[in-house]
Amino acid sequence: MSGRSLFQKVWDDHIVVPESADTPAVLYIDLHLTHEVTTPEAFNVLRSRGLPIRRPDLTIATLDHSTPTVPITSLKDLDVVSEPAAAAQIRTMIENCEKNGIRMYGYDSDSRGIVHVIGPELGATQPGKTIVCGDSHTSTHGAFGAIGFGIGTTEVGHVLATQCLLQRRPKTLAINVEGKLPRGVTAKDVILAIIGKIGVGGGTGSVIEYRGTTIRGLDMEQRMTICNMSIEAGARAGMIAPDDATIQYLNGRPLAPKGADWDAAVARWRALPSDADARFDREVSIDVSQLTPMVTFGTNPGMVVPVTDAVPVSDDASFRKALAYMKVEAGKPMLGMPVDVVFVGSCTNSRMSDLHDAASILRGRKVAKSVRMLVVPGSVQVQRQAEAEGLDKVFREAGAEWREAGCSMCLGMNGDIALPGQLCVSTSNRNFEGRQGIGARSVLASPLTAAASAIAGTIADPRPLLPN
Amino acid sequence: MEKTEIVRSRTVVMPGTDIDTDQIVPARFLTTTTRKGLGKALFADWRYDKDGKPKADFILNTPAAAGCKVLVAGNNFGCGSSREHAPWALIDFGIQAVISTGIADIFRSNSLKNGLVPVIVDQATHTWLLANPGVEVTIDVASCELRLPDGRSVAFPLDGFSKYCLLNGVDQLGYLLHQSDAITRFENERAWKP
Repeated sequence: MSGRSLFQKVWDDHIVVPESADTPAVLYIDLHLTHEVTTPEAFNVLRSRGLPIRRPDLTIATLDHSTPTVPITSLKDLDVVSEPAAAAQIRTMIENCEKNGIRMYGYDSDSRGIVHVIGPELGATQPGKTIVCGDSHTSTHGAFGAIGFGIGTTEVGHVLATQCLLQRRPKTLAINVEGKLPRGVTAKDVILAIIGKIGVGGGTGSVIEYRGTTIRGLDMEQRMTICNMSIEAGARAGMIAPDDATIQYLNGRPLAPKGADWDAAVARWRALPSDADARFDREVSIDVSQLTPMVTFGTNPGMVVPVTDAVPVSDDASFRKALAYMKVEAGKPMLGMPVDVVFVGSCTNSRMSDLHDAASILRGRKVAKSVRMLVVPGSVQVQRQAEAEGLDKVFREAGAEWREAGCSMCLGMNGDIALPGQLCVSTSNRNFEGRQGIGARSVLASPLTAAASAIAGTIADPRPLLPN
Repeated sequence: MEKTEIVRSRTVVMPGTDIDTDQIVPARFLTTTTRKGLGKALFADWRYDKDGKPKADFILNTPAAAGCKVLVAGNNFGCGSSREHAPWALIDFGIQAVISTGIADIFRSNSLKNGLVPVIVDQATHTWLLANPGVEVTIDVASCELRLPDGRSVAFPLDGFSKYCLLNGVDQLGYLLHQSDAITRFENERAWKP
């Protein structure tokens, strides 16, 4: 018998009832993250069936998706800055948590933020856990060696009522990433290149394990960026084995184990990496030693090219439709394409290292007059830290807007949108039609590329602007 | 959840690949706190012009699409966000089954929990369905067969548990609640506590 993979070890450790030909496995969930958009109907269903929350202590809540990124000092402000439906949704979330004894990191908390930023920040995200959320980017938490995956609202109800989900064991896909990343090329470029290689459906039915020397050399924030976009390749989850970097990151975090519990946890985490003889259903390798900054040109994250390349040519009808929507021409270079909006933020790229990257390009420079640039920290913690380091001043002096924590312009449901026809270079995860506002055209890129494009007023290569 | 045994309908065809859940329901409609009434938001950005008037050339606005319960879509339908609002909107609009060569995982899972039948077919069958929009098809959940008007019958994958839930109109929560003792035992006996 071959050894077990990281995924298999975590999966096996959470089987309440094994799967059979007739029934899926009953899988225990260690951490349930919730936000205002995908939970109200789950609470409605439980209420109508008279069901209690089984383990309110294993669910945490925050406000991020429909939450405005302009300053809010009290809930009354919501009625001024938000659409009535969004304000009502936020109030419903707060009430549901109060009534059910669920910890809410809301407006009165200095730990509020994007759900996938605060889970790790609080130390709630830990190796070996099963973590779910009514949000597809729950794959982010796999960066710690957890199984993290997105679920629908019905399943949110299942977790609230039973702390379990019915699941069939997914397939495994190992992605081996080798090579030293060139200067100016980041984790975002790596994951965009991977999605370009395997396609937006390339991971369907699978859990990815990212492996190799490149991955081992990434810090935790970069690993989160990689795992975050696993879903953009269609994968159920993306995982990275825990190591010293993981353990160092978690040590001392508010919800991380303490004392003897910490020592026991570390010993358990050390045993999680895939055995040397573990088998995967499929393996893919990618060499990143020659990788360049990547940008998307179409309407899904798999439509991606090096920033120095031209828009590819294809006769496929969906491909041509995407180019028509994006108003880009096959064969024309990406560099120099006029930019209207630049967004640095989202659960993909809104952590300190992302802000450091953006600031390194913007420091002492000005955002082009034709460009509106938003920099939106992923959490109140990130916001405070950035302000303590003076990064907010760098962004403001460059001419960018420095906002409050939230999902912001990643998904255009909180007031932050790009206008019809505008081209937005965005550090977020999805360039779907209308994702950032009706008719808005999204170009996904790293924080470095986004900042360089803000200065140029056109899509730009960040490498000439890197500080010495 | 309603029982679903047979879906018999003409097809409406959307051949585009990778149709994501942001197209099925744009995020600005997600500020609702109920699953009801999302049919009007279905494909909103493709279906209406900027003044909110239906676009005559969008397939779901054409007379041929009226009353169709089966959507034939390009590969990797439902990719992207986990929003269950996507199957809710399709069902509210009147769609009861989606046929494609590939359906994204979370969308598929969400569909099965709401009685929307995901039907995965081979490339040849898919190509034929794309080329023959509006044909009357029958989806038989019990036998996991898609029957075409020329008499062909195409098997589609559906695990026994999902089939049982569709045929009986039961949701999975009842089954999970019955596992309560096993869950308690697991919580008490596991080597570490989250």
